[in-house]
Amino acid sequence: MDARQPLVRPTDHGLYCAAGDFYIDPWRPVGRALITHAHADHARHGSRSYLAASPGVSLLQRRLGADSRIDALAYGERRRIGEVEVSFHPAGHVLGSAQIRIEHRGEVWVVSGDYKRDPDPTCAPFEVVPCNTFVTEATFSLPIYVWPSGERVAREILEWWDLNRAEGRASVLFCYALGKAQRVLAELAGLTDRSVFLHGAVTPLTKLYRRAGIEMLPTEQVDLRTRRDWAGELVIAPPGAAGTPWMRRFRGASTGFCSGWMRLRGQRRRRGFDRGFVLSDHADWPGLLRTIRETGAERVLATHGQSDTLVRYLREQGVEAGALETLFAGEDGAAEASIDPGTDAAAAGASISERGASTDRHEPS
Amino acid sequence: MKAFARLYETLDATNSTTARVAAMRAYFASVPPRDAAWAVYVLSGRRQRRLVGAAELRDWLQRACGYPAWLVEDSYAAVGDLAETIALLMAAAPEHVHGCDAGVDSVSLADWLELRLPSLRDADAESRQQLVTAWWRALDPAQAFLVTKLLTGGLRVGVSRALVARALSGLADVPQATMQHRLMGRWQPTATWFEGLLAAADARAEPSRPYPFFLASPLEADADPSVALGQRGDWLAEWKWDGIRAQCIRRGGECFIWTRGEELVTERYPEVQAALQTLPEGCVLDSELLAWRPGDRQALPFSALQRRIGRLKPGKRLREEVPVRLLAYDLLEFAGADLRAAPLQERRERLAGLLDDAPPALGLSPLLDADDWPSLTEARARSRELGVEGLMLKRHDSPYQVGRARGDWWKWKIEPLTLDAVMIYAQAGHGRRASLYTDYTFAVWQDEDLVPVAKAYSGLADTEIVRLDRWIRKHTLERFGPVRQVEPLQVFELAFEGIAHSARHRSGVALRFPRIRRWREDLGPKDADSLAQVQALLEGQERD
Repeated sequence: MDARQPLVRPTDHGLYCAAGDFYIDPWRPVGRALITHAHADHARHGSRSYLAASPGVSLLQRRLGADSRIDALAYGERRRIGEVEVSFHPAGHVLGSAQIRIEHRGEVWVVSGDYKRDPDPTCAPFEVVPCNTFVTEATFSLPIYVWPSGERVAREILEWWDLNRAEGRASVLFCYALGKAQRVLAELAGLTDRSVFLHGAVTPLTKLYRRAGIEMLPTEQVDLRTRRDWAGELVIAPPGAAGTPWMRRFRGASTGFCSGWMRLRGQRRRRGFDRGFVLSDHADWPGLLRTIRETGAERVLATHGQSDTLVRYLREQGVEAGALETLFAGEDGAAEASIDPGTDAAAAGASISERGASTDRHEPS
Repeated sequence: MKAFARLYETLDATNSTTARVAAMRAYFASVPPRDAAWAVYVLSGRRQRRLVGAAELRDWLQRACGYPAWLVEDSYAAVGDLAETIALLMAAAPEHVHGCDAGVDSVSLADWLELRLPSLRDADAESRQQLVTAWWRALDPAQAFLVTKLLTGGLRVGVSRALVARALSGLADVPQATMQHRLMGRWQPTATWFEGLLAAADARAEPSRPYPFFLASPLEADADPSVALGQRGDWLAEWKWDGIRAQCIRRGGECFIWTRGEELVTERYPEVQAALQTLPEGCVLDSELLAWRPGDRQALPFSALQRRIGRLKPGKRLREEVPVRLLAYDLLEFAGADLRAAPLQERRERLAGLLDDAPPALGLSPLLDADDWPSLTEARARSRELGVEGLMLKRHDSPYQVGRARGDWWKWKIEPLTLDAVMIYAQAGHGRRASLYTDYTFAVWQDEDLVPVAKAYSGLADTEIVRLDRWIRKHTLERFGPVRQVEPLQVFELAFEGIAHSARHRSGVALRFPRIRRWREDLGPKDADSLAQVQALLEGQERD
């Protein structure tokens, strides 16, 4: 990269492309926002206009409200904005998730958003997009994070459900309401045809997935059948429902949680669930390294999560790498806790960090 | 080992006590008695001498998995458990090949513990490394984790010994308390031992075997005993000593001193050992070891006793400086008969008679005669100046029960000392607190500097821990390996039981049992206490 202004840079509103005068996944209201996917830490309302990949528009409309103006591009379709040409390419994260390719005078940047390389029946597979600069997520950037296949995890979930059924217990599986829940329903559809019960927060998103033609197990909403015997049933609920009065009806249920964090025994025990299923919509360590290699990028900028680790490792491997500070929350924040723009982190804004990766970054105040 | 790995996985995958007991019972019933014996050993929390140090394991891991040392360290910090880090990194290492040590997957638990692991003991450094890394490569992650845990001596399974006893008592059809007693003290995990454990009658009474300890429940510091406990006359009151709880056994011509942690420490306290030899054959005392100089009115502080704890054979000079004596408060066995079902009052009377002519190193823990609650409450208020932790309140007619049975025995400690200190460092915890910053260092002011005074790990609610963890990540000034230096902004109220001089700490003081009492978000760093104020606490304590 030469001394010119980088094509995309962090600002206090989010990642900004000056040559096109737009933001990518801004965390404050802006004029034009390009959105990688509909999770709360990437899609925030209040901007004047939005542009996203067409398979994700219905989810985005739901997230942002009916009055938000959302324009769509098919995957691969190019559009000129200001001095740049942009296009959206499948990221394999959730339905409609996209990497954003930006080309400016022959220079290509790709902003990955969140992505994964493992097959997922609910969304288009990740597409490798060659580029000069690759802005990658880094949620799980340690070699301890290696995912088993989704199919295998689905079989584990089914075994757990069967065991609980045999012993007359309900199974309550906590999954993020957007993406993970539907992925589980779709993976399980290959193994059984039993109905699954959904928490009210999961139902509308699942309907949108069905409308998009995703095949999943039949579902019913829990609230419609409050006084029934839950023994033997599988219930899918967002993690936020754990420990709430809503859970009382499932007395004696076995609880499980689907997340990449469940790879670690300590995380599993800390959260107090009976079972942890290692299922993530983010790239694991081999997935990150493979993707970075395949894009052929000369420079890699890492966002959220353990970006320091990835940056340092890449540098030691001779790859030019840096960290980009953003407010993306990764697997913990996705679709759950939206970050209050009034917090100190947002007020402090974001800054590009090219410092040595061994020292931790902290917000300038 | 495969069966044990499955059991471990089952125990780990449920929070239900019933399910855990059922899983253990099924395991004990299905594996050969030799493996079952070792499983009881491991599950009930017994551990063997560590065969390999953590530093060595980390070094071997780094060489075996091929990642840079810092990345291995970062991974370890995220996982919070070395054996698990090893299992995860070895499973993911690109050159990982299963099955290169054919058959190692099916080595039994007993063979691991009796043959494979002990073989490391006499091996030289290089072959130790080769052996262990070959196991890591050949074993599946679950077994690699367990083998590594066993070789560091540190497998914790998360089942209490009472739960293991419950599973075994169901299998043997004997009461749980009986099984708990059979699991006490010294035993060798062999097939014969396991078969004896399950026998209807206890064939081999081992003279050194202690009874399970009866544990008191805490009474709130500000409780009103007349409301909580009723009539003063139903209760016996004594000081809660700040020493080491010990069960002393006089049987078979020998004597044995067991700590609460079931460590046999007889040889460490020769003066007490000699005094116990004067007791008649066949008696067992529940008691407290205290550092106490002849003629003194009260015990030396616990920090003095600490000098004796680690010393296997204390020298003459140390024994003179820190003489140890025993204060007995209960009699569990007399003339070879188990007295535990008898009322406490009766046991105490016999105990007093027994100790009538005992040497000074063997005393009777006195009863407090304050005959109503108000005067007893007044006596308790003098605890700190007497160097005791508060009061023990025991029901006169109580039997000596097993474990923490509520209702008959209460410990009524005095309010702890407190100070307000600033958090300056944070470190990630281990186990279930891994990858969360939960271990904090606190400092107080000395002029314009903050001087560390205590480390504390406990006291915050889970939600507070998560919130503080986020704050720490955003306010890190510098990282030193796993430790983060944070902006000195957050103030915490620390509670602690006592304070002593310490040459090892920069502040010159050491706090006893420091823990976090409250996160003082209402205070700024300048509101925290100064070192002078802390030292005043120390002087106040000494003046009394």
